[in-house]
Amino acid sequence: MELMNDVFTAKAIFIGIVFAITLGIAAYSTYFERKIAAFMQDRIGPDRAGPFGILQPLADAVKMFMKEDFIPANSNKWLFIAGPCLSMLTALMTSAVVPFGDTVTVAGVTFDLQGIDVNIGILWVFGIVSLGVYGILVGGWASNNKYSLLGAIRAASQNISYELAMGMSIIAILMLSGSLSTKAIVETQQAGHWNILQQPIGFVIFLICAFAECNRTPFDLPECETELIGGYHTEYSSMKLGFYLFAEYINMFISGAVMATLFFGGYDYPGYSFVAAQLGSNAAAFIGMGALIGKALLFVFVFMWVRWTLPRFRYDQLMGLGWTGLIPLSMFNVVVTGFGILIDQPILAGLGGIVILFVGLFVNDALSRKKKIA
Amino acid sequence: MEITNIWYFLSALTLLSALMVVFAKNPIHSVLYLVFTFFCISGHYVLLNAQFLMAVNIIVYAGAIMVLFLFVIMMLDLRKNMPESKSSLVKLAGSVVAGTLLVILVAAFHKNSMPAPTAENTANFTSQTGMVENLGKVLYSEYLLPFELVSILFFVAMVGAVLLGKREAGERNF
Repeated sequence: MELMNDVFTAKAIFIGIVFAITLGIAAYSTYFERKIAAFMQDRIGPDRAGPFGILQPLADAVKMFMKEDFIPANSNKWLFIAGPCLSMLTALMTSAVVPFGDTVTVAGVTFDLQGIDVNIGILWVFGIVSLGVYGILVGGWASNNKYSLLGAIRAASQNISYELAMGMSIIAILMLSGSLSTKAIVETQQAGHWNILQQPIGFVIFLICAFAECNRTPFDLPECETELIGGYHTEYSSMKLGFYLFAEYINMFISGAVMATLFFGGYDYPGYSFVAAQLGSNAAAFIGMGALIGKALLFVFVFMWVRWTLPRFRYDQLMGLGWTGLIPLSMFNVVVTGFGILIDQPILAGLGGIVILFVGLFVNDALSRKKKIA
Repeated sequence: MEITNIWYFLSALTLLSALMVVFAKNPIHSVLYLVFTFFCISGHYVLLNAQFLMAVNIIVYAGAIMVLFLFVIMMLDLRKNMPESKSSLVKLAGSVVAGTLLVILVAAFHKNSMPAPTAENTANFTSQTGMVENLGKVLYSEYLLPFELVSILFFVAMVGAVLLGKREAGERNF
């Protein structure tokens, strides 16, 4: 078979490594989430299992597997099982198009440190994100529980609403790079020309939408305990619940990696060409992979930081922010980017966009306040 | 595996899941089979090297429209709204409509019979036709007017939806 050549084998091994890294980071995210929460609330956090509680994820996994795996009597059995499976599947599929590094040559085989370099890269991410809601929707409905159904419906409408603003913020990136391929987007940002300098508004929109798509606080309405018991996973127990929670941590890491790819230069880091000249391109590419994972972990930290800082939104506030705040803002961002490309000063236009935005908000606020008094 | 075998497998899967959409008793199962059918159709797009259409098909149909279908069906009370069996008149009308559509489709395919690929008619074939760059160029040059008309159609639909959903002054919130 012609498919089974060296590049195929190398890519298969690379995908296995990415898979292992993703799962390992997701497992240890649970540990660091609790440590960070403890730090912010002036507690110690998990410290019993191993030194500094470092074996806590393993203990949690054992607990999850040992618990009784209960399926409610009136639930739809197959869909009840399919829900967490779909969540895990969609969470793990996105990393296929994230470029983890530049081309490397190992044992005479030259290949990219990327699962697949398709020319629709970012649309792939977008498509998988839009499928991510099925796991929650199917699981919540199959539980045959009103609270689960309400959680599932909240998740579905929230994801669809925030996908629009997310897509619009990506359009501005595409205007700058002129390609849908994630690899090409990273290559236009090499040597410090990161998109964040030209797209500050776009990045803020994308970050907020990423919070909403991952169902993280302050947008974790689908699993809002005070209103919905446990939300869509009320009826779940054992490792099925574990899969739902695990999928959320995987999504956090992957969305961090996508944000690093789109806005923070992907595998680029200061002194890339110097390292490449000193240690060879292989070492530079592998350090680049480390740099990308480091950037993604920084975003995971931001996710946790926000979770323990901000209170939860109300549902109408969430919808109001998505539809009347972020979508017009992302359209404004597209116009600003277009203007920046026209005058060939994208960084200046980005800064000008922020200034115009704040002036506009200030004027609008002043005018509406006068109206209220009158 | 040869590419024709993949095609046969995918086509069989598409037909099977499309039939299951019709035969499934539970509407939720129907919708999920329909989502699976869209995936199979996306697989056909990949075989045709039309990656952009594949992604858009998944984003728009599987990702957005089918979620809304599922959403609406979940909100309905299925036990109340599901009649035991439909009347024979409805069944007859459905058969007639579906049969007419079948005849039209068969006639249309019969009229423009697709020739089997040979050396002559594949000489001008480029594998890059379905790529997003080429598709965009064709859309914005050759098919510019229909493209803009479609966007006006969407705009009109959006205005209509806003008008329907707008609260009149003095109307209750819920």
